[in-house]
Amino acid sequence: MTVEVRIPTMMRPDAGGQATAQANGSTVAEVLEDLVLQFPRLQGKFTNEDGSLHKFVNVYVNDEDVRYLERLDTKVADGDEIAILPAVAGG
Amino acid sequence: MLRLGESHYLQMVGHCYDGLPLEACGLLAGDPVTGKVERCYPTANEAASAKLYTVPGREFLRADRDAEGNGWQIIGVFHSHTHTEAYPSPTDVAQAPDPSWHYVLVSLKDEAPVVRSYRIVDGKISEEPVVVERR
Repeated sequence: MTVEVRIPTMMRPDAGGQATAQANGSTVAEVLEDLVLQFPRLQGKFTNEDGSLHKFVNVYVNDEDVRYLERLDTKVADGDEIAILPAVAGG
Repeated sequence: MLRLGESHYLQMVGHCYDGLPLEACGLLAGDPVTGKVERCYPTANEAASAKLYTVPGREFLRADRDAEGNGWQIIGVFHSHTHTEAYPSPTDVAQAPDPSWHYVLVSLKDEAPVVRSYRIVDGKISEEPVVVERR
């Protein structure tokens, strides 16, 4: 499956300056892994050492937050739009 | 420097008053090079707290798309401090996601609102001028 991934501004310097990238995979985890293969400087930006999604990173598949789907195991289909955005929070 | 139109300034401060007694928040879109704000997106505060704020992810996504569709970028976030100064809290610093963003604080502690803007890079806070323009 090939999907379009929207890269947040803070990660663009590590992704060749691109706002979007094409990546392959059948789950969100595979898509993120493929993205890291293309842009090695993104290593560790999305997931923790145990492979779970960082608390301060949100990932959306067609506007649905993967935390309310099957997290990184969420399936993706050709043409889906994946968006990565930082959590915006504070006190 | 952060450059806001008067209407953006009023929209932002008004949203913060509307949110009382809780903190209120929103996003600012504009030109990342000049720091000129072109649109203010007031959002809900998902944390629904007087001490914390969270911009709902889907509202961020919508704002991000809208901004890009207009040739802008999300360049900052604003939130209110209801009883403290317009200065980033340790939580604000720890959770600041983007070193290129403008972090705008609206203090409602006194009778008149106080608006200040900061850059937060690697945990270091530096204040920047806020210019409100009549456009």
